[in-house]
Amino acid sequence: MEKDIEKIQEERERWSKTCLEKYTFRKAEMDWGLEIKPLYTPVDTENIDYLKDIGFPGEYPFTRGPHPSMHLGRLWTMRQYSGYGTAEETNKRYRYLLEQGQTGLSVAFDLPTQIGYDSDHPLSQGEIGKVGVAVDTLADMEMIFDGLPLDKLSTSMTINASAAILFAMYLAVAEKQGVSFDKLNGTIQNDILKEYTVRGTYIFPVGPSLRLITDIFRYCSTHVTKWNTINVAGYHMREAGATAVQEIAFTFADAIEYINAGIKAGLKVDEFAPRISWIFNTHNNFFEEIAKYRAARSLWARIMKDRFEAKDPKSWMFRFHTQTAGSALTAQQPLNNVVRVAFQTLAAVLGGAQSLASCSFDEALALPTEESVRLSLRTQQIIAHELGATDTVDPMGGSFYIESLTRKMEDKITEYLNKIDELGGAAAAIEKGYIQQEIQESAYRYQKEVESGKRVVVGVNSYQVEEPPPEGLLKVDPKVGEIQLRKLKELKAARDKGKVESSLSDLKKAAKGNANLMFPILESVKAYATLGEICGVLREVFGEYEGTSTI
Amino acid sequence: MNQDRRIRALVAKPGLDGHDRGAKVIARALRDSGMEVIYSGIRQTPEQIVEAALQEDVDVLLLSILSGAHGFLFPRIMELLKEKGLGDILILGGGIIPKEDVPGLKSLGISQVFGPGMTSKTLIEYIEQNVPK
Repeated sequence: MEKDIEKIQEERERWSKTCLEKYTFRKAEMDWGLEIKPLYTPVDTENIDYLKDIGFPGEYPFTRGPHPSMHLGRLWTMRQYSGYGTAEETNKRYRYLLEQGQTGLSVAFDLPTQIGYDSDHPLSQGEIGKVGVAVDTLADMEMIFDGLPLDKLSTSMTINASAAILFAMYLAVAEKQGVSFDKLNGTIQNDILKEYTVRGTYIFPVGPSLRLITDIFRYCSTHVTKWNTINVAGYHMREAGATAVQEIAFTFADAIEYINAGIKAGLKVDEFAPRISWIFNTHNNFFEEIAKYRAARSLWARIMKDRFEAKDPKSWMFRFHTQTAGSALTAQQPLNNVVRVAFQTLAAVLGGAQSLASCSFDEALALPTEESVRLSLRTQQIIAHELGATDTVDPMGGSFYIESLTRKMEDKITEYLNKIDELGGAAAAIEKGYIQQEIQESAYRYQKEVESGKRVVVGVNSYQVEEPPPEGLLKVDPKVGEIQLRKLKELKAARDKGKVESSLSDLKKAAKGNANLMFPILESVKAYATLGEICGVLREVFGEYEGTSTI
Repeated sequence: MNQDRRIRALVAKPGLDGHDRGAKVIARALRDSGMEVIYSGIRQTPEQIVEAALQEDVDVLLLSILSGAHGFLFPRIMELLKEKGLGDILILGGGIIPKEDVPGLKSLGISQVFGPGMTSKTLIEYIEQNVPK
């Protein structure tokens, strides 16, 4: 074997000198610094020990997949990120998507809901129902899931600072439907750290925010055992400009912070680590994306086993949702996005996704229409059923390039993690502005590359055409604000005020002490206390996070 | 404006929208071109933005929104600017703003609305040519 490698090495050098170098050719590199070779051979994978470093799917270190049969056994969950306007409109969109063959739901909430303001709060003006559905009380949540049996669904909710409250509302809907909590499947994002760095929907300071998260870990470990309690998110960092390596590194750093918080709160790592899930961004560089997910799986397994000494193999498993890159979509020649989304979706599948959302081609301009969202769902279905991409597990495994890249990415991610450890962990690194600065640098570099033409973006800096303004875009009903305000007013008049007040006062007591906040939050939502009232109590006790920003 | 004085720009994020990749990239590009740039940070109210424009004595105010709340927030900011006597500074909009909304925004006094794909060169030239002198 060693002799073979030496021979290949010699031949590789000969080929390079006598053959390749007669030609002029472009030198490619990754935006995180790796020079990509013009050709990969067994020499590049020589130091990889198949059994130790790659192994078999469903077994440590899971490089080839968390499950033995992967997409042969079960396809990924097709889960388009959606929600807008009122609960009624959102319910209608969900029914449509499920009819079209979608297999899970992913709820987008509007910004006031994400930041804990009711629709009648002055800061909510202009924002109600715009980027997601407006939820003020349990009544809205009941409407969103009207006629949708929660024991048959898997639901993901992109909700962070106010996650405990929206999750409690989901539980209350389940109770009303007669579904026991142990039958509930899905996830809440519940990842506050990246809100401080890139996404911006924070409410409380770091300490109380981590308490809410660990309260959810603890509550679910006995009450909602199949629920994924956190969906640690790299997606938004990538959208903000992070490279693929930074995306994984900073997300892992955040997850390490959450695990430390759980352990500090008295939980054993194997009690909550198996319920950690992930969301990442599948961008344009096809092979980089596939290698990224393979690297992430094996690195996470090692972190859990070595660093946290987790014993349960489920704690080692990296299971992820991914969405194609919104930031890769262009407003120019929007139909070109159909092609971008298809390739990104394929990369996600070959990377071994458990759950997948594909953007719609019109999303650089507006929220997707029924037709555009159906097309992106069909893209997933075509890849699932027509391409042969799911006929064997990890079909890209063994490619010299992919295996070499997988290893290089793992090393580079580890370098970042070491740096963040030196800074005192993710929360400290965020406080120092390190993560924000790194992402901003990457974003600025990217923009300069586009503007200089070094990076080609078809339709934007090359191959432009004159085109008429786009037509047929979705417009959120401008009346949604009014409708929501009226509903809220009516509900406030009809509810039992005594019950609202006593539940909120119990919540306040719990917040001041150490009791698990999930119980009083659940009681408050069941009394139809509003999201804003509940967050108001917590704001009073916990204070608010003060955002800072540098350029 | 004094010939020697550098152009002072405030890049601001009104509303609850946290998407500030574009705002930050633009702030940095303007700074690199020699302007004095202040970035407001995210989640600023119209009142906070107008107060900052006044305090910082800016020549140009760049407003970025991706959440769709421009229809409420931009008019409110324009109203407050006029109240404070800042009606003559150059106001620019950016983010995800549907084309059909642009004429209405321009009629309020927003000089230009830029969208995805704009280069920093285009923006810098626009500001240099249109900033009140």
